[in-house]
Amino acid sequence: MKKTSSLAMRNSDQRSSFDPSEPATGLNRGRTEGGMNRREFLKASAAAGGGLSLQFSFPLLAKPGAAQATEVTAWVVIHPDETVAIRIARSEMGQGTMTALAQLVAEELECDWGKVKAEFASPNEHVRRKRIWGSMSTGGSAGVRASQDYVRKGGAAARHMLVTAAAVEWGVPTYECKVEKGVITHPETRRSTTYGKVAAKAATYAPPKDITLKDPKDWKIAGKPVKRLDIPDKVLGKPVFGVDAKVPGMLHASIAQCPVFGGKVKSVDSAAAEKMRGVKKIVREENFVAVVADNWWRADQALKQVKIEWDAGANGNVSDESIDKLFREGLAATNLPDARKMGDTATALASAAKVIEAEYSSPYLNHATMEPQTCTAWFKPDGTLEVWTSTQNAEASMAAASEVAGIPQEKIEVHKPMLGGGFGRRGAPQDFVRQGVAIAKQMPGTPVKMMWNREEDMQHGFYRPASLVQMKAGLDKDGNVVALHTKIACPSILALVRPEGIQKGIDFSAVRSFNDMTYTIPNQQVDYAMKNPHVPVGFWRAPGLQNAHYRECFIDELAHAAGKEPLAFRLTMMKPDDKNRRVLEAAAKAANWGSPLPAGVFRGIAQADGFGSFSAMVAEVSVSAAGELKIHRIVFAIDSGHVVNPDTCAAQAESNVVYGLGALLYQAHKVKDGRIQESNFHDFPLPKLTDMPKVETVLVPSGGFWGGHGEPGILALTPAICNAIFAATGKRIRTLPLKVEDLKKA
Amino acid sequence: MITLQVNGKTLDLNVEPDMPLLWALRDEAGMLGTKYGCGIAQCGACTVHVEGEPVRSCVMPVSAVVGKKITTIEGISAKGMNAVQKAWVEHEVPQCGYCQTGMIMAATALLAKKPKPTDKDIDEAMTNLCRCGTYARVRKAIHAAAGQLNKAAPAVKKA
Ligand code: FES
Ligand code: FES
Repeated sequence: MKKTSSLAMRNSDQRSSFDPSEPATGLNRGRTEGGMNRREFLKASAAAGGGLSLQFSFPLLAKPGAAQATEVTAWVVIHPDETVAIRIARSEMGQGTMTALAQLVAEELECDWGKVKAEFASPNEHVRRKRIWGSMSTGGSAGVRASQDYVRKGGAAARHMLVTAAAVEWGVPTYECKVEKGVITHPETRRSTTYGKVAAKAATYAPPKDITLKDPKDWKIAGKPVKRLDIPDKVLGKPVFGVDAKVPGMLHASIAQCPVFGGKVKSVDSAAAEKMRGVKKIVREENFVAVVADNWWRADQALKQVKIEWDAGANGNVSDESIDKLFREGLAATNLPDARKMGDTATALASAAKVIEAEYSSPYLNHATMEPQTCTAWFKPDGTLEVWTSTQNAEASMAAASEVAGIPQEKIEVHKPMLGGGFGRRGAPQDFVRQGVAIAKQMPGTPVKMMWNREEDMQHGFYRPASLVQMKAGLDKDGNVVALHTKIACPSILALVRPEGIQKGIDFSAVRSFNDMTYTIPNQQVDYAMKNPHVPVGFWRAPGLQNAHYRECFIDELAHAAGKEPLAFRLTMMKPDDKNRRVLEAAAKAANWGSPLPAGVFRGIAQADGFGSFSAMVAEVSVSAAGELKIHRIVFAIDSGHVVNPDTCAAQAESNVVYGLGALLYQAHKVKDGRIQESNFHDFPLPKLTDMPKVETVLVPSGGFWGGHGEPGILALTPAICNAIFAATGKRIRTLPLKVEDLKKA
Repeated sequence: MITLQVNGKTLDLNVEPDMPLLWALRDEAGMLGTKYGCGIAQCGACTVHVEGEPVRSCVMPVSAVVGKKITTIEGISAKGMNAVQKAWVEHEVPQCGYCQTGMIMAATALLAKKPKPTDKDIDEAMTNLCRCGTYARVRKAIHAAAGQLNKAAPAVKKA
């Protein structure tokens, strides 16, 4: 989906020109849609801000409208001291998007990277300026790939405008001017000036309409492993996160929701809690109770003393067993919608030389962001509302806050601090914003910071869906796969967060990796049984990843049944120009696939595409007689088209490995009596430092497209390891997480 | 009134004796670098030093640390960054960063005790949890801070 460039929006009626003979008309062009030029707008914004001052903003964020800073384009603000503030619309949750986007803007701007600061675009200003920064949503590994075009244009346009300002001043043609690191020169007349000096003039011009972006091969800042901009503040312990919001007079809240999803508050006895030290208010809403106190621990302690009777509703009996039954009923149905139908699978299976069947499943999983869900809200006396929240989608936060507060978005500011992890939890749902705003609404004038305790966070997630998949494949007498019939029972995420996205009964996130798989199997059928237990589901790092796991494990089963080597088996099912082939070969080569290994060490391989990228993994493992798994090495190859920051890409690969290992080794939510049983990290363990295998990332960008890095690295991980486990033990792992008993030598 | 010695300063805090140190630091003293992750001594996000030892402040009542020398991330380095923090920047350890102040406190305590830690020492000392999976870099940065980083193969190859 192509996004309209902000430049195009603002200048559709203007001819692009940087001919310095036309500066006078240029002066009239820098108008926003409201008729103000940018400088006026900045001033007006600051004034209209009145109640929306950012004075309690986070130190990392430069203050919009700071003295004499000039907005050249929406993405570029130049300070007189030559500092370049680059506006970032997407959220930073550790994935490095903030730095990568700044690199792209700086590359086109030709500024000095050492003088670059990143600042988040204000969601309030975004609303008032008609979404000038495009989407603020941060998910689907799309922060860079979905905005690279317009942010680069924002940087390039600013460069044009700045150079034009210098050229006009000197009375020379722009094309004779050169620019490097924010210094503009006219070599012939040996004149030179800087961005800081000409910014005010440049801002009066209209951005050019036709912009030629650099060829990535000429990049000097983008494509390089520059240091991330957010790291120094993070190692110093600066208060950069949502939970670090600090507003004078602020109180703290802890909340309890019905342990059975969808349940409601029936009765509340808060007599004891009210008497506890520091308690200011007990908030009762339809589906939660919160205690507000002068210290979060006091609020949380008092919450434990509130006697709440819940109305569990209709779901108090739901259990793993009832969910499994529901899934099986779904798979037994005969009229399931097709997610893919190619050829005639039934006939091909009936005439196949060999038919292989397997059933795989996986459990619900919490995102378990290290920073619990949080939202600080302040209904100010002037009728405005300020919100601080760790959000992957500030626009959605804004909308949720507006709806609950009953205040128009123009009168709301959402501050978007650093996120203590996101992984999909903080995007679509916005439950935490609704709650934070609802609590503060009951205490107008008083800022209230709500933070969930870990138990609440563990039991009120939007979980990676559990799923049950049955696969049936036919091999011909030569061991070629002639048919694959896949039946998927999986809750729909879209049904919960975006029902309009469901098409013909299909939720793409539940069927991907099967309905779009690259293998050239002639007869393919994918049936989807949408079964939605009451457990809320959400986009968990690489939504649909279970399918990549099932598929790649099953392909390995088929290779084994066909008596074929698993790499070659895959390659024979890929078209010659398939980018999946290239990454599979790259991973195999880097891992010396096929070469001898130390005694007891075995390899497994898997590949998967998704989130715009192509990836493959090789795992080397050994399994002791006692069933202990040791992962010696992971080799990960990825083709994302372009690479903006190779070090961040490697970090994301490592991150994906650890995230996937949690699902492989430790994590499963049990559902009983309608509720999640696990409550904290003792029963929903995260991988530890000692679990970290050696990870080698091989970047094979082939150019010409933009793929993501935040999620692809998790797709092939668990199947590569499980396939290696099979090579080591002859055992197939078809249910995650794996158990030591599964791996013990019989 | 509880009196604590934090980062070389005396803090008089009007808190109950059983309030965990974490919450006295965050919500009373306004020192926000120390983080809450679990509240049950599982994750280490709340790690501070008490008399130089890494301690999980979410389960440490303030009454137990009266008169003891407490150091938090805000006071770990007299000026600028300490060697661990510098190594953390150099090796780009943090991702989201939420667990990292606890990691840095644990690593700093380890290096104070064992200036040249082995991998096994690191395994034993660094039990903090990181959801972003920064472990490989944590290990590398500790070795770097200890001045014992061999020029290892880069973590990323461009083919
Ligand atoms: S918050 Fe203290 S160990 Fe997790
Ligand atoms: S860096 Fe995010 S939890 Fe460790």
